[in-house]
Amino acid sequence: MADGPLKLAVPRGALLGETLDILDAVGVDTTEPRGDSRSLIFETPQMTLVTMRPSDVPTYVESGAADVGITGKDVLLEQSDRPVYELLDLGFGRCTMVLAARTGNDRLAEAQRRLGMLRIATKYPRIAERYFEQTGRQVERVEVKGSVELAPLVGLGDGIVDLVATGRTLEENELEVREEIVVCTARFVANRVAHKLRAAEIDELTEKLREASR
Amino acid sequence: MIHPIPPGTRDVLPDEMRELRKLKAALIEVFEARGYGEVATPAIEYDEVMSRADGPTRSSYRFFDESGELLTLRSDMTVPIARLVATRFAAGEPPFRFSYLANGYRPVRPQRGQMREFVQAGVELIGASAEDGAVEVIEVLEEALDAAGLGRAVIGLGDADLYRQLLEELGVEGEARDSILASLATHDLVALEQKLLDAGIGDEQAKTCARLTQLRGGREVLDEARGLGGAAVERATTSLSQTYDELQRRGAADRVQIDLGLLRDLDYYSGAILEVYDPALGYVLGGGGRYDGLMKQFGLDLSAAGFALYLDRVHTAQLEEARRG
Repeated sequence: MADGPLKLAVPRGALLGETLDILDAVGVDTTEPRGDSRSLIFETPQMTLVTMRPSDVPTYVESGAADVGITGKDVLLEQSDRPVYELLDLGFGRCTMVLAARTGNDRLAEAQRRLGMLRIATKYPRIAERYFEQTGRQVERVEVKGSVELAPLVGLGDGIVDLVATGRTLEENELEVREEIVVCTARFVANRVAHKLRAAEIDELTEKLREASR
Repeated sequence: MIHPIPPGTRDVLPDEMRELRKLKAALIEVFEARGYGEVATPAIEYDEVMSRADGPTRSSYRFFDESGELLTLRSDMTVPIARLVATRFAAGEPPFRFSYLANGYRPVRPQRGQMREFVQAGVELIGASAEDGAVEVIEVLEEALDAAGLGRAVIGLGDADLYRQLLEELGVEGEARDSILASLATHDLVALEQKLLDAGIGDEQAKTCARLTQLRGGREVLDEARGLGGAAVERATTSLSQTYDELQRRGAADRVQIDLGLLRDLDYYSGAILEVYDPALGYVLGGGGRYDGLMKQFGLDLSAAGFALYLDRVHTAQLEEARRG
């Protein structure tokens, strides 16, 4: 793990573009990952970039398969039992975790009042559970993997807990934000052992990223 | 026909057992040579006795016996050995040195590959003076790592009281303090900085605190820390510097990394704390430190120190180091 160049877990998907931009800004050559290569691993002169789903980043970093990584706060909150060190808020990829329900429909309030229980569809069962526990409400969580907006439209649940960037998807599905739970941005994380044993390299990278994210 | 076993437990088959036996023998040889006699204690104890260490060390596995007594499965060996010393050696002449190879039990989160039953190898030194205790324990730990073939392993050395005292000095108390310490224990620096700011200690002080948690390395980090000021920092750096000097005098400081961001999540530590890393493994191999308050819970006013290594992780690191060639 502590041998060879630093391994950075890079999130594919919505965070990829800005992740590569900030890597450019700190002097990492991102020509290859920007190309149309199907590779998952890219050796740059500065470090090894390992690309993966954002939700896999904590897994790779926890085990030390990647020394450091970038992923969303939503992922870290959902997997808060994976001990990785959260070193920096990179500021980009800003989204809000929200409770949403059908526009102009009082089904959510009615379920709370008449059934004492909300049915909530979500891809983030732990964040949802913690939020409703903290706000003193009982819920039945319905975990879905795909488009969660679908659930309340066909009667699977009274509302959804989901990550919202612009709110357009909600709007198109006639859903509206009822409560904001937490704002999520991209974070720079490190493996516990790498943070100790590769201290100088990781500190230097953290500082450069801090500068670049201002 | 498959007959399942509970998650977080496992069988050990002969090939692995042979390697583990060699590793255990090598460790016990080091411990005995340094005067740490091996002891065994029961895996089940009275809950009332085990819970004196209170807080997070409390085992999750508690049950009633046939006469209604509440029993508990031990979560580590430090508390049972504190109990043993207080019960059987109260009249003896300290210091007391003991070693162990024993199973411990902790709750697991499902599907995370965590073990609810695990083997620890470690030592406890009870009744030596505080500074000497930490130094001796680190020396034994280094010999144990060498005996296990982990010549590249590094020992992180920190101070368990630093942030509690620093926050007190800054007037941060109650829930705010606990919340800040929790962020520090999980090393969530983003939340830490925010909470420090929310605590109203000012931008400058918050930055200093956050900076402090990132100081790790050789002696130079102590100078850098002193520059950041404060009575709590002064006390911690003086204490760490004494320990480090003594280790250096004994030629045992080379693989010790001073780490001001170290905070182990067991409540009973005070003063020096340790963590063990090997470059071949992404997980911490073990840890330890001083825990002077614990013996008081058992009626003895003695300083104490020790460490525990997770045997399976040491074994995995051995394998990884061997693969490296």
